[in-house]
Amino acid sequence: MAEIRIENLHKTFGDFTAVRDSSFTVKDGEFFVMLGPSGCGKTTTLRMIAGLELPTSGRIFLDGEDVTTRRGGERDIAFVFQLFALYPHMNVRKNISFPLRMEGRPRKEVRERTEEVARMLQIDHLLESPVGGLSSGDRQRVALGRAVVRRAKAFLMDEPLGALDAQFRELMCEELRLLHLRVKATTVYVTHDQIEAMSMADRICIMNNAEVLQIGPPSEVYARPATRFVAGFVGSPSMNFITGEGGLNAGSEAVQVRGSRIAIPRLHEDLTSSEAILGARPEHIHISDQGALRGRVFAVEYMGTRQLITVDTDSGRLRVRAPNTVRVNDGETVGLNFDSEKIVVFDSRTDKAVASALITGGVHG
Amino acid sequence: MSAAATTGTIGTTAHSVVESSSRGKWLAGLVVVAYALITLIPLVWILATSLKSPPDSISYPPKVIFEPSMEGYVNLFTTRSRQTEEYIENLGPAETWYDEIVRKRNMVIVGPSRFLDRYFNSVVIGFGSTFLAVFLGTLAAYGFSRFKVPLKDDLLFFILSTRMMPPIAVAIPIYLMYRTLGLSDTALGMILLYTAVNVSLSVWLLKGFMDEIPREYEEAAVVDGYTRLQAFWKVVLPQARSGIAATAIFCLIFAWNEYAFALLLTSGNAQTAPPFIPIIIGEGGLDWPAVAAGTTLFLLPIVFFTVLLRNQLLRGITFGAVRK
Repeated sequence: MAEIRIENLHKTFGDFTAVRDSSFTVKDGEFFVMLGPSGCGKTTTLRMIAGLELPTSGRIFLDGEDVTTRRGGERDIAFVFQLFALYPHMNVRKNISFPLRMEGRPRKEVRERTEEVARMLQIDHLLESPVGGLSSGDRQRVALGRAVVRRAKAFLMDEPLGALDAQFRELMCEELRLLHLRVKATTVYVTHDQIEAMSMADRICIMNNAEVLQIGPPSEVYARPATRFVAGFVGSPSMNFITGEGGLNAGSEAVQVRGSRIAIPRLHEDLTSSEAILGARPEHIHISDQGALRGRVFAVEYMGTRQLITVDTDSGRLRVRAPNTVRVNDGETVGLNFDSEKIVVFDSRTDKAVASALITGGVHG
Repeated sequence: MSAAATTGTIGTTAHSVVESSSRGKWLAGLVVVAYALITLIPLVWILATSLKSPPDSISYPPKVIFEPSMEGYVNLFTTRSRQTEEYIENLGPAETWYDEIVRKRNMVIVGPSRFLDRYFNSVVIGFGSTFLAVFLGTLAAYGFSRFKVPLKDDLLFFILSTRMMPPIAVAIPIYLMYRTLGLSDTALGMILLYTAVNVSLSVWLLKGFMDEIPREYEEAAVVDGYTRLQAFWKVVLPQARSGIAATAIFCLIFAWNEYAFALLLTSGNAQTAPPFIPIIIGEGGLDWPAVAAGTTLFLLPIVFFTVLLRNQLLRGITFGAVRK
């Protein structure tokens, strides 16, 4: 078990910057998820931690030890690949025991540990099968088994559920989380799927364009996004953005939006631009006759206990998550009310969240 | 009315499609059988000739039904001298079946022929150069496939370009070089020559196979504590096996069959079977049964290895077409 510390990590491929000056610490035993769109640098970061890529600059510490230039094999880290990378010329047992055989462990220990791991992952009946015929879920389990059997200091997983179908992914999410609770190994998990990230992570690290935007527990990232990108990327349907006029200063408690006044959490700093972007989650907007902002119902999606109402306003199309007791029809004009204390204010120039009663700092982590 | 007519037409069309496809299959089968016959007849003829007596082998019209004789094989493996009938009668009864065959022609065996030596040379040179070409090709292909090699494309093109000229075009320079270097008529010289010709094929074929093996396998092994070389050995090689087998058989076929350079560069010590077999002289010219016997025995190893590796070979030829 180990703590992973990244300091000013930088990686360029020719002219392309894959990771820009990122620093963070993964705590011992933590399930740390790196989330971002493809090409944001999350996989490159993971590969640098694993020793599969050398950083252009910056340092990587494993349990306080500088491993930046050390070979992958000398870092005592297990890696689970997206496409599993099971050796096709070996059966399940050979695949799982491969790292142990490398370490030259006694045959008895290799057998016992392999079988223990196989039982834990419920693939003990498959030990002698070739990996070619396995279902994708079982392949995933074998790949996890190969990682777990090492008892490595940390697990690195590169979109391990990406190749599974949706239904199976949910099941494996649960299994992975249970596995983590059981082995309690420090885990760095890379994904572009925010639902996976939200459901599994102790903390999420969100990256875009080679930069770390925010690090925090899922609830924090969801409720207090540090930038507009984070706000839009996390949550489904994503956060609504409304443009508000007038320069805002520290102490402001309301914004003018097309003539209506919308209350916001008290700001702690000035905006650098004359425009403010308000961010409101669909569940923080309510259909209400007294609503400050008015619009026409464009569509109603019924989702069981909830419904998703899309409303066209002068400030753009907003999505509202409402209880199914609210009755509205397409084309109807409705008023919208906001949970003011939950509104995030972004500076339209920097796209960063403005410090307020809701958000007390800049980038978290 | 018109609807019924339309339906009828569709029905007929569908029927005729089915019919023509089964007829097509039948026709394709016929073509395959005819092709197999055309290619196999010379081989069958060689086998038959190897079992004929010398007079039968040159009789006209050619004999399809004949009395089999081992004379060709005996002549292939021995050198004989002609004696008078009296001398042979005085020798007493023949001790072995091959003595008996030779004495019928008023000959006695004076020793073994050079055929086994030549055959052995072929084996050493063929397998030696195949091993070298595949060994070098595997390493080079892995390097080209996995590492950033400066001028990679140019180098690969250069390797391929050595194939663009018929090798025999450089026969005279090579002959002179070999004479100067003392490589003429040596097994080493022939191994080097065939390796040089084969290595370009080997690099290109194997690079295709290496490219198909996902890097993740090696990366997984490296993270698990293996060195790059160990990962190559334990993970890459086993997966490139079918490609290596296919490449090896191609290289072996070339080196085994090569005639022109063998004729030019070898005469005594290192002569391979191809230049030797056609010049086996018997009574009054070429000894056709012996030549045919030599050819038959010469064909066997390639047939054996091709059959042994046929699955790999098929995958090798269609590589890239089917993803694993």
